[in-house]
Order: sequence, then structure tokens, then C-alpha cells
Amino acid sequence: MSGPLGDGSDHKRSDLDARSRSVIGCVRDRLEGPNTIGDSPAFWVGFAVAVAALAVYPFTTDPYTIIQSSRYLALSFLALSLCFIWGYAGVLSFGQVAFFGIAAYAFGIIGINLSSTVGVGVAVVGAVLAGTLSAALLGYFMFYGGVRETYVTIMTLVVTLVLNTFMAQTAGSEWAVGAAQLGGFNGMTDIPSLTVGVGETALVVEGVGLYYALLVALVAAYLGLRVLVNGQFGMTMVAVREDEARTTTFGYDVPFVKLVVFTIGGALAAVGGVFYASWGNYIDPSVFGIAFAALPVVWVSVGGRESLLGAIGATLAIERMRTGLSSGIGPIGSEWALVIVGGLLLCVILFLPAGVAPRLDDLTGELREKRAERSQSTATTEEPAE
Amino acid sequence: MSTPRDINVRQKPAVAATGGATSTVLATKQLTKNFGGLTAVDSVDFSVKEGEVRCLIGPNGAGKSTLLELITGQLSPSEGEIYFDGTDLTEMDTHDRIDTGISVKFQSPHVYENLSVEENLQVPLQRTDRDAGKVSEETLDRIALSDEREEPASDLSHGEKQRLEIGMAVTLDPTLMLLDEPVAGMSVDETADVAALIRSLHDDGMTFLVVEHDMDFVRQISDRVTVLNQGEIFREGPIAEIEADEDVRRIYLGENA
Repeated sequence: MSGPLGDGSDHKRSDLDARSRSVIGCVRDRLEGPNTIGDSPAFWVGFAVAVAALAVYPFTTDPYTIIQSSRYLALSFLALSLCFIWGYAGVLSFGQVAFFGIAAYAFGIIGINLSSTVGVGVAVVGAVLAGTLSAALLGYFMFYGGVRETYVTIMTLVVTLVLNTFMAQTAGSEWAVGAAQLGGFNGMTDIPSLTVGVGETALVVEGVGLYYALLVALVAAYLGLRVLVNGQFGMTMVAVREDEARTTTFGYDVPFVKLVVFTIGGALAAVGGVFYASWGNYIDPSVFGIAFAALPVVWVSVGGRESLLGAIGATLAIERMRTGLSSGIGPIGSEWALVIVGGLLLCVILFLPAGVAPRLDDLTGELREKRAERSQSTATTEEPAE
Repeated sequence: MSTPRDINVRQKPAVAATGGATSTVLATKQLTKNFGGLTAVDSVDFSVKEGEVRCLIGPNGAGKSTLLELITGQLSPSEGEIYFDGTDLTEMDTHDRIDTGISVKFQSPHVYENLSVEENLQVPLQRTDRDAGKVSEETLDRIALSDEREEPASDLSHGEKQRLEIGMAVTLDPTLMLLDEPVAGMSVDETADVAALIRSLHDDGMTFLVVEHDMDFVRQISDRVTVLNQGEIFREGPIAEIEADEDVRRIYLGENA
């Protein structure tokens, strides 16, 4: 299971080199394991290149595109959250957008009422807590109430749609929390942007700054989740996904495990919601709508349920495509965007049931094997010549 | 409190093993389970002593599996109590009962099909503070699956899956091991392997309660046999005595005396 760096058979390396290698080996041991694909040095090189490419992206394009890209990165948290609970613990939630939306509204309400740079910090913490605790509360009633499998999916969707209906009717001026007008169907406006620092010197995080903040946060969340799913807790999640009854008879408290997983998923979605609300300075009830609720399921299905990186990649690609379609390409108008996304989902379910990323991993694995075979056969033929 | 000498379930069993083979590890007291109008387990007073291999036999519908599920907590009793090592299990959740030192293996194989053999062992092992590498190695050796450690469990044969599952339950180092028909659907050779496995674990001091139909297998492993019929204890005693009993032969072994 440990990476090829762990064998340390090469005695020619200097001590320093060996030590730095062993540090890398140690880090890789924690990041790699049976529960993630992409455990090769080639993968990490590719990963570093991709992150670097995203980091230099703002220098190659216009500010508008960067603002659009920030939106995709914020939505990627939603994809990570669903991938984590569905792919690893087998809990298919149709309502991750609920915790995303609750955090977004909470950020707006707290941020508008405490209109100061300190207030934004409080709003971030408060909003993430609101999303996380909502997930914990719903999770508690579901998992300790014996709600399982498809019923979890239905229940989470119903909760989301109830929030949609509720928020859509908050149009009147009586629907305000302090200075924050909920705004009904038109949504809540004037939500503050994120800021760093306090008082006069505070820096507003927007535009390219927000893009980098999102990129750093997303990479951190991804690596953190990799450590989590490849550790003991990851094994526990997979055991619960594979066979709940058996896992119980090894002494695991299955409802509790699911509650923890669901709460972590809620926290991830909430972080995305905070970024999303501060990105657009705006949130409206369509965040709880069925069209938006379906998107995370599409991203994660297409990217691969058991691939955190696949889920992020699919989110970026599909959302980029949707933006392109909604501005209309040739005769294809914006109204076709969701139809095409739906068609993509059908194709993936039919032809790549595990998703794109696991299939890519299979293909590169086969390629590696073939290359290894070939190099082996050339090595044996060349040997006599030496 | 004196250690109960014989089957004595009127009293709470003595705490832990002080005197060896004579202390009771598991005791049920007037245990009853009704399913609607059907009484599957009827006022059963039953006990297992430390270090014995007890087999539970009886005709279909006698209540054997129900009794096992009451002990593991998958079913809750309509009436009565269950004590294990002096602890009252009656109101406990399944996962808490496991922590008191009970391990269970279901009738049909329930391994994690998509995980490797080694990972299958890792799931129960990571809950203990035992040396995972060492115990895993020993267990693989014991269940004769060392060469298959990297293989997904879905590639194993039926008999291998059953052995793996016993191995998984054993890694928890339980005081009492509950097995529900561990050799169902196995060949004669596979059955002998499982019997040898149980005997070797028994030699190490593990207590077993085994629900089983296969009388050849029962003969290979058991110290005492309990016969259940229509939810009640019908007979209890050494295997030879039970097999010679005319009433048992009539109700269970299907012979007309």
C-alpha cells in the first residue's frame, strides 16, 4: 500500500536527499491509500502542474473570466461535499445545496447587520456554523431515526424544496432580520465581500484576490479530505458504505459514523456557500431549487463518486460549459444548457457508471502496465548487447 | 456470591472468569420473543460456560437464529434478560454489546466484497488496540488465506469467505464467539477446515456458541449440545447423550422411535 518512495533501496542518495525523500514519503503515506486513485509520482506531478496552471490563469485572461472561474471554484466545495458523503459513506444527499444556501443566507444576514470588517469575520464563522449545525440536526434525525438509502435522498431533497418555497415567500418588508431584507424571490442583496484585516487597513477580497483565496482553500480541502479518507476514518466510512449490518457487528456505531460524515459534508457545503454569497454579494432562493440541487449529483456522477479530484474537475468543466452555452453558441441557445447537462449525465450513467476519473485511472493503469511490459522485454533483448 | 456450579440462571452469573471452566459467561433469563401471535423464543433459561463449545440444534423454526439475534441485539426481547460476563445486555445497542467481548458471524457470508482480504481484517482490527500487523498476519495464517491477502474478497470461494468472516470476528479477540451455521453450503473438506479452526481457537480459550444443522460438524466441535424445539429448550447435554435420546431423534433427527 505504501508508495514506491518508501522502499529506500537506493544507497547512492545522500543523507539529506534521503531525509527529504522520507519526509515526502511520510506525507504521501498519509495522502495515499486504497481509498483514492492517483497514488503515483506521475499523478502528483500532474496535480502540481494543474494547480500551477490554475495559479497563472489570471495572468492569461480577462478579469471577467476570472470572476466566472471563482464561481466554479466556490461550487467545487459543493461537489467535494457530496463526493465525500456519497462516494465514501454511500449516503446520497440531494440536499447539499441546502447547507450551501443556509450558510449563504446566514453570511448575508450576519454580514449586513454587523457592517464592519470584524463583522465579516464573525459572519464567516457564524455562517459556516449555521450550515454545519443544520446538517448535524438533519443528520441526527435521519440516521438515528433509521432513515436509510433512497429515503435519505428523498428527505434531503424535500428539506431543500421546503426551504425554496419558504424563502421565495419572504418578499414583504416584514421579512427582515435586523437590517437584512430576505427579499423573497428576488433574493438578498448587498451581502458584503470577504475582507482580510481590521479597520482602515482591511483588504477586500474580490476579483483576482478572491480567485486565489478560493484556489488555496479548495486545494487545502482536497488534500485534507484525502488524508481523512485514507486514514482509519476513511476505512470506517467505506465499511459502512459496503455493509452496514456487518460493520455494526464489529462494534461500530453506524448512525454516529454517518452523522459525523454528513456533518463534515455540511461544513464543506457551507464553506462553498459563504464564498458564493460573498462572490456575488447576493443570494436568492433558486439556490434551494431543484435545478441547482441536481447539479452536484451530476458533477459527482460525471467526475466519479469515489474520486474527489474527479468531482472538482467535472464541476469546473460542466460549469464552464454551462456558462458558454447560456451565452449561446451559434444556433444553440441558453435554454439547451440543462438539456445538454442532463444528456451528459445519461451518457455517463450508461457508458461510464463509475465516472470519468476512475475510467481515466484504469486507462493510465493499463498504459503503465503495457509500458512496463515493453520496457521489460526490451531490457531482456538489449542485455546481451551490453 | 458463589460461582454457579451447574446451569443456574436464576442468579446473575458471576463476574468474569475466576475459576476457569466453571464460570458462566452468557446467561439468558426467561428470554421470550413474540412475533405477532407466534412465540419464537419462549421463556428460555440458557447459559454458556467459559471455555466451552456449545452447539445449538433443533428443527427449522425452533428459534435458534432468533435466540442468537436476541443475544447480539439485532432483535429486542419481548420479555426476559440477557447477561454476559455479569453485564446486563438486555437494553444495550448491538455495537455496545460487541465491545463487551462478543463477536458474531452471520449465516450467509457478509464480507466486504470490494475490499481486499487484508482490508477486510483491518476494519474490525482498527477498533482494537492490538498490534494490527501482527494480528493480521496470525489471522491470515490461521484461516489459511495468506496468499490471497491482496485479492478482493469478491474473488474468494464460498468456503474461503466463511473462513475470512470467522477470521474477521476473531480479530476482535472476543470472550464469546457466536456462529450461525458456519459450514452451511460447504464441502466435507471445507467443513473439516472450519472445525479445525474452531478447535484451535477453543484451545486458546475462546468460548463458542454455534447454531448448526450438520450433525457431523457438531460431533467434531461440541462439548455440550442444546436442543431447541418450538422456542423452548428441549434437551441439553453431551453430544453422545443427545444423539442417543429417543425424543430428540424423533423431533429433530426425523426418526420414528
